[in-house]
Amino acid sequence: MKIPEEELLAPGHRGCAGCGATIGVRLALKALGRNTVAISATGCLEVITTPFPETAWEIPWIHVAFENAGAVASGVERAMKAKGMEDTNIVAFGGDGGTADIGFQSLSGAMERGHNLIYICYDNEAYMNTGIQRSGSTPYGASTTTSPVGKKSFGEDKPKKNLPLIMAAHGIPYVATASISYPEDFMRKVKKASEIDGASYIHLNQPCTTGWGYESSKTIELGRLAVETGTWMLYEVVNGEFKLTYKPQVKRPVKEYLSAQKRFKHLNDEEVETIQEYVNQQCKAVGI
Amino acid sequence: MESKGGVVFNPGSTRANKTGSWRTFKPILDKDICNDCDNCIMFCPEGVVNKDHDIDYDYCKGCGICAEECPVDAIKMERE
Amino acid sequence: MVKKVITSNEAVAEAVKLAKPDVIPVYPITPQTTISEYLAQYVADGDIDSEYIRVESEHSALSAAIGASGAGVRVFTATSSQGLMLMHEIVFAAAGMRVPIVLADANRAISAPINIWNDHQDSISQRDAGWIQLYVENAQEALDSILQAYKIAENEEVLLPTMVCLDGFYLTHTVEPTEIPNQEQVDQFLPKYHGKYSFLDPKQPTSLGTLADPQYYMEIRYQIEKSMENSIDVIKEVGKEFKSVFGREYGLIEAYKCENADVVLVAMGSICTTLRYTVDQYREKGEKIGLLKIRAYRPFPVDEINEALKNAKKVAVLDKNISFGVGGAVYNDIKAKIDVEAYGFIVGLGGRDINPEDIGDIIEKTKNPVKDITWVGLKEE
Repeated sequence: MKIPEEELLAPGHRGCAGCGATIGVRLALKALGRNTVAISATGCLEVITTPFPETAWEIPWIHVAFENAGAVASGVERAMKAKGMEDTNIVAFGGDGGTADIGFQSLSGAMERGHNLIYICYDNEAYMNTGIQRSGSTPYGASTTTSPVGKKSFGEDKPKKNLPLIMAAHGIPYVATASISYPEDFMRKVKKASEIDGASYIHLNQPCTTGWGYESSKTIELGRLAVETGTWMLYEVVNGEFKLTYKPQVKRPVKEYLSAQKRFKHLNDEEVETIQEYVNQQCKAVGI
Repeated sequence: MESKGGVVFNPGSTRANKTGSWRTFKPILDKDICNDCDNCIMFCPEGVVNKDHDIDYDYCKGCGICAEECPVDAIKMERE
Repeated sequence: MVKKVITSNEAVAEAVKLAKPDVIPVYPITPQTTISEYLAQYVADGDIDSEYIRVESEHSALSAAIGASGAGVRVFTATSSQGLMLMHEIVFAAAGMRVPIVLADANRAISAPINIWNDHQDSISQRDAGWIQLYVENAQEALDSILQAYKIAENEEVLLPTMVCLDGFYLTHTVEPTEIPNQEQVDQFLPKYHGKYSFLDPKQPTSLGTLADPQYYMEIRYQIEKSMENSIDVIKEVGKEFKSVFGREYGLIEAYKCENADVVLVAMGSICTTLRYTVDQYREKGEKIGLLKIRAYRPFPVDEINEALKNAKKVAVLDKNISFGVGGAVYNDIKAKIDVEAYGFIVGLGGRDINPEDIGDIIEKTKNPVKDITWVGLKEE
């Protein structure tokens, strides 16, 4: 795959060193090109890229609030149609909190109405912008500032909400999962989504150095470990047809992934085994 | 035109903010070792490694992803 | 021009058809619903070429409206009561982002207890958001105000969203003879809109809805203050221009028999028709009573109100809203900004009837006041 050289997210943004979200956005915009309008939910991405009077965006961009990126994108899409610019890509970026939790209704409406747009959830598995609070996308066992480990707690006690399959249940033509550590797979999916007439949803796993607790250099490695352990899986649902797009040759133990992160450091062998069993069960269901 | 409502008319204007000052470790590429895999370009959170693999130190925050992801260890992180 | 006997909701819908918005994101709620339905039918019949978005909530209606207006096209939405309350956060965002959306609010009481009937608590609760608010008295004014609202909101000296407030049921569901202007006249008065500050064009990329830290936030908010001040003159000019095309003039206020009045009744919306009738009755009896109808509540036309009330001995302010403990919003604004002896009357909450006898009572209580704020028409305890 030929990767376009042009960078559509400028440097100088306020993302942490090793930020996974900006890697995801850079890659998505390379796949989409200049003829694109971006919508952001409130969150890390919005805050780090648009400190007035500056913007990191090289394409038109709009942000309104935390919980309404789906609706704002719907309005933008129809306005572009009214202006005769329906060939412009419309892409919305929301974090997992802005997507799985507070923005869920707005997203569901946008998907169900079938607007011609791409919604990308950059999932770092907690509210990172406000300091690592638990979201509906926080995985089992993770210690966050609102699901902290303690004498009576091993951290988050519920598995992650399965947002991509919920989106697939909307009957939209294209749903995919992706990882910033598999850039060609991700970019191919973004490109494919842009070529589909209708609503597309891409759920992007995106390690966060600050929230997950690992060295900034390990962002890509952590994303890779998520996929190679089967903790995160890469697939597409095209017109309802589920298809894995990547299958690890040898599934690595979940412990390798968990022990590399501060948020899981407290887990004992039994708790790690519970997670391993859960991952095994999830993987088995899709043939990993 | 005067901005109203916080509209920003200058795309890419965060370039005014030289984040290179954040850096404590600096990536140094040995081009003799480089095998042109482009991982460093692909994975840079700042997008500041160009096609010739030159790193723009005005913005590089020194995260070390490029060094970590270099399959031939052509990038070393050196303390500033 | 044709004349039809229609409700204010249909009058609003007719005006929207004439204003030709590009995008209409809307969500039904009593008593606004028929506006949504008329517009859906116009789209279904091809009478208007608008993108109608059947959003899943009022919150999304206004969010989509900002997205569309941010892309630089003309947008209309409508709501009421709980819907406006659900929009609340986004109401502020719309003004802050300077998108000239026009919204019709079918004024209705707020829960709890749940109540579908009229008062002004819903729109008054959005008072500080930075929207222009026009309160209308009848179907004709509803229609005319929608057309004017676009002209005001889209004016570059203003660029603020505008809310046209019409009383639930009293107006939304009551038919009145209404003149519907012809399209050519409206096109002359209200040309097509192209956003200048917002357009989301990849050939000219801008960022909308940025983060402003303490170094920048106050100046951006102050721009709204200046634009709100500018809107005073713009509303007057638009009123005059409207008259030159359509023959009907509306200003910021309407002063009716206020000169040398012993008591001036101050109110907004459909109640003004009853008040005007009452004023005439009293005048026939030789009592000097006047009416000040406030049409533009935001901007608050301080100079115009001062001028209208300069000879008034006493003022009775009728509020269909309450800020518990301090009285109604209009009363408080009058007390804050106008040098006049004023008394506050809370009337008509949740659709409670206000008849000429109640108004007589208000006049008597203003002449011989015993307290600052009176709730009118309460059942005996």
